[in-house]
Amino acid sequence: MQFENCTMVKLKKERNMFKNTEEKTAYLFLLPAILIIVFLIGYPFFYSIYLSVTNTSVGKTGSLIGFQNYIRLFKNAIFRQVLFNSFVFTIGAVSLKLILGMSVALLMQKIKIFSKFIRGVFMLPWVVPPALSALVWWWMYVPNLSVLNWIITRIGLEKIPWLSDKTTAMIAIIIVHTWIGVPFFAISILSGLISVDSSLYEAADIEGARGYQKFLYIALPLIKPIVAIVLLFSTLMTISEFNIIYIITGGNPMYGTHLLATLAYKEGISTGNISRGAAISLFLFPVLFIASYLQLRVVRKSVGRR
Amino acid sequence: MSKLGKFFIAIIVILVLLWTLFPFYWMFITSIKSNADTYNININPFLTKNFTLEHYKYLLEKTKFLTWYKNSIIVTIIATTITIIVSLCAGYSLSRLKFRGASFWGLLIFVSYLIPPTLLFIPLSQVVSFLKVSNSIWALVITYPTFLVPFATWLLMSYFSTIPFELEESAFIDGASRIQTLVKVILPISLPAIVTVSLFSFVLSWGEMIYALVFTPSTLSKTLVVGLRTELIRGDIYYWGPLMAAALMSAIPVIIIFSFFTDLYVSGLTKGSVKY
Repeated sequence: MQFENCTMVKLKKERNMFKNTEEKTAYLFLLPAILIIVFLIGYPFFYSIYLSVTNTSVGKTGSLIGFQNYIRLFKNAIFRQVLFNSFVFTIGAVSLKLILGMSVALLMQKIKIFSKFIRGVFMLPWVVPPALSALVWWWMYVPNLSVLNWIITRIGLEKIPWLSDKTTAMIAIIIVHTWIGVPFFAISILSGLISVDSSLYEAADIEGARGYQKFLYIALPLIKPIVAIVLLFSTLMTISEFNIIYIITGGNPMYGTHLLATLAYKEGISTGNISRGAAISLFLFPVLFIASYLQLRVVRKSVGRR
Repeated sequence: MSKLGKFFIAIIVILVLLWTLFPFYWMFITSIKSNADTYNININPFLTKNFTLEHYKYLLEKTKFLTWYKNSIIVTIIATTITIIVSLCAGYSLSRLKFRGASFWGLLIFVSYLIPPTLLFIPLSQVVSFLKVSNSIWALVITYPTFLVPFATWLLMSYFSTIPFELEESAFIDGASRIQTLVKVILPISLPAIVTVSLFSFVLSWGEMIYALVFTPSTLSKTLVVGLRTELIRGDIYYWGPLMAAALMSAIPVIIIFSFFTDLYVSGLTKGSVKY
């Protein structure tokens, strides 16, 4: 007992001693991260806002022109089409990923043999760099030699003009994005399903609940927070997609698959109109803002104990 | 479960496996087929009688594939190392030390974790040319931590906060400094988290495309994913064999690492290091 008291006093003393230097140490440890965030994330972010209100292009320092870039963009039919594309792509891909991800999660929960191996295989599309999978999907869609069309015509259906028609090209890139993204949804949702207390299911069994009832009334309410976070994050990552479009369609045909990021690249880098490119990519900001606000609210709730 | 139910589930599992694996199989079979077979639409495309390694040979002898591979390895390793060191310190500071502004910096890291590279590549290209590193792999080494450090810090932070304070306190009583406790007490316990963060950093840097595309336009400074798309595709249409061979060989390191550490991956994923 006496010994314990003695340690407690010593501990308190140590704690006070540390308090004085603690702040210094803390900032010293944090410094490299602060430098990266301030100079390579914060500064570029505000710099891009500045660029967007100037007329800077490659080799030419611009002067302030107010909101003209934004006004011109809104008047531009191509840009309005790209906003529409982004909307269609995001809604289409995110809802497909959610539905298929949820189904695969439920399926994985049912698998009893080789479950670990099968889970590993299911996750592959998400692990392999999207830029590499996009290459093979491009090859699967390519006109005249498309293997997908080979299969489709053997079943007796019409060939699909995957990349030469606006609508099918949009469907084609949504399919690729979904193929890559489903495992992330599935694994996240599965981790939620597994953590559901099995006694709840047992109780439901005694009451004579059916499978879908157990899912709807027990599992779904409990995994809602996970689904919310995954949805928000995925929306953000989907609307800022670049790789798949750059590789497979390049935004074609007729700007039918251009999204904000690829148009920003085309204008800002390929054409050299830096301030216009900056203005285009800043259209991602409202989505980013709303998504991070909502995520913070969810995260705050769950990490509030810190 | 009834027999019929089991059968039904098995069918669905097989369909999902097919959907998942077919692109990889198609990549593989294209890479070992002769051109004559690949461009003949009248024969069964899923098998080949004329097995060949000519595409791999072409890749190694006639293209800069190995240079891009080397670039990817260097960039990935250095960026991952920087990320680990920076995030270890930051994560430790934010989760274990008490100081004014802790919650502010924590919040800022979380927000910057959400900023996608597609929002920053234009202004960053100006920063890169200001630092006089454009067109070299150092441009990537400097900029990759911008999307790696936030998630790595976030993940390590949440891991550190599960470690009991008593462990550190006993080390302090023995007279250890902050650095010593970090290295000797915290690091060994956090090894799984550190491995997870390294894996994610490795995979994300290996596959990063937009920064590499914008900051390193010259052939010799390209990384794999960019070199494949921009250099292997030439005027004629006979590039699919080498392209698929290259894609397969670029994907293999990631697949190998993943197959060894699947569990860590999954735990990392569900702890908040997300990609899609």
